[in-house]
Amino acid sequence: MAPEIHPIVLLFASVFTSNILLANFLGMCSFISISKDMKSANGLGLAVTVVLTITSMLNWVLLKFVIIPLDLIYLRYIIFIIVIAATVQILEMIIDRVSPALYLSLGIFLPLITVNCAILGVALFMQIREYNFVQTVVFSFGSGIGWWLAIMALSAINKKIEKAPVPPALKGPGITLITIGFMAMAFIGFSGMLSVQ
Amino acid sequence: MMIIIAPVSVALIAAILAAAISIVDKIVNNYGEVEVDINDGKKKIKLNGGESLLSSLAGQEIFVPSACGGRGTCGACKCQVTSDVGPYLPTETPFMTKENLADNIRLACQVKIKSDISIKIPDDLFNIKKYDSIVKSIVDVTHDIKEVTFDLQGEEINFEAGKYVQLVVPPHGKIKGSTQRAYSMASRPGEKDIVRLLIRLVPGGIATTWVHTELKEGDRVELVGPFGDFFRTPTDSTMICVAGGSGMAPFMSILFDMLDTGELDREVWYFFGARTVKDMFYLDELRELEKKLPNFHFVPALSEPEEGTPWDGATGLITDVLDKYLKEEIGTEKKREGYLCGSPGMINACNNVFTANKVSLDDIFYDKF
Repeated sequence: MAPEIHPIVLLFASVFTSNILLANFLGMCSFISISKDMKSANGLGLAVTVVLTITSMLNWVLLKFVIIPLDLIYLRYIIFIIVIAATVQILEMIIDRVSPALYLSLGIFLPLITVNCAILGVALFMQIREYNFVQTVVFSFGSGIGWWLAIMALSAINKKIEKAPVPPALKGPGITLITIGFMAMAFIGFSGMLSVQ
Repeated sequence: MMIIIAPVSVALIAAILAAAISIVDKIVNNYGEVEVDINDGKKKIKLNGGESLLSSLAGQEIFVPSACGGRGTCGACKCQVTSDVGPYLPTETPFMTKENLADNIRLACQVKIKSDISIKIPDDLFNIKKYDSIVKSIVDVTHDIKEVTFDLQGEEINFEAGKYVQLVVPPHGKIKGSTQRAYSMASRPGEKDIVRLLIRLVPGGIATTWVHTELKEGDRVELVGPFGDFFRTPTDSTMICVAGGSGMAPFMSILFDMLDTGELDREVWYFFGARTVKDMFYLDELRELEKKLPNFHFVPALSEPEEGTPWDGATGLITDVLDKYLKEEIGTEKKREGYLCGSPGMINACNNVFTANKVSLDDIFYDKF
């Protein structure tokens, strides 16, 4: 299936044509709730990218050397989730120690990320599409960047919308969902240019 | 074989990750020895950093009040931090007023000690101690309220009537950590060697269920206290006390303390609300007290009196009874003060009745737990 895709192609595909958020609609809840100001959006985007890349690598190793050899594919959800939760916990402690400033902008989002479906989604894609290690790293990093790009774009658009005459009934999540719809339509223009599987 | 491999491998993965977390915790959360300066050098303590200010201080026998036990939900553990401990956390801001923010008041349970820190706390807190007590007696005063008396084993507790203590509930059954809950003392300041609490069974409550089902006479229990700023003003204003259920406790302490200290002439009205006759208690004691304190009026009221059980007191919701007395019976020559102890719903409802009858909110006192 996947092995013939070049990592660079996969990187661009995961950022643009198969954007985890706008093409697959994963990681929506934190996307909608945090997109109000750019500073938090930036922090969350960074956090998602870091956690996504690290957990996918760990999950790939577990998949290759534990889950597949022991024929435990049906337990992959549980194992992936445990790995994600533990990694987030460790990252939180380390960031708190190393950089209190970063902790304040990023640390408070880390517990949110544990339940971000984009993280689990990428781990499952990696298994379904049978990526090798390099592809997994590139794909998860690209997906994180893609998610980061999307949330920054949305919060920038939200800044504009603040000054626009939005009908009262559509204020808040309503107009945000419509905006995401338009963004997703724009991203459909990319679809088919690069393949991910 | 498969049946064993699956759970074992999931458990192994979880165990390895848990070990990794605790190793990182040991290395990363180790801040070495730090110095805590309390009240501009009045007391300096050295301790190991990495824990919250609240639990670190408790480890040094300084007990900042906390009704929720450090989970950041009650907002009681406010204290002033005069050194820089970083910006406010989102868990703190909901509890902070503008003045709090200007004074750099923080929640002690949310501030983590990472380096030397200086704080300011009320001097009273130095008097707060941890008491190793033994349960002396447990008496059922109603079907769901127990009167528990703790023997302080020779130690003495000095407090003003109306203050509360925290009961430390040890880990038991499915409850893994130890929990603290606040209860007003029903014993009076004259009884220095015991603490008496009234504990009503709250369905699903950790501490109350433990007291009602597990606690026996002779058990060892830790009490921390005294805390609180609920006590009578040193004036001759008319005191209007309202309580329901186990809210009886602080008033037993306050009223009998007035008898003990010879404050006999102050006008006191005590409204006690219960649903039915079987929820009423201490009636005889309070009737007896009415004879000794000339200006003390006890008004028990039942909200749902049952047919057939004898009752000669007032009936109706305690707020309606209070309203009627405020309008018709209680004179306005002296300043009137409200003292409340009961559920948040009752306190809100009574606040409304008091303000409707021109008692200022500044003259109404209650504990927020």
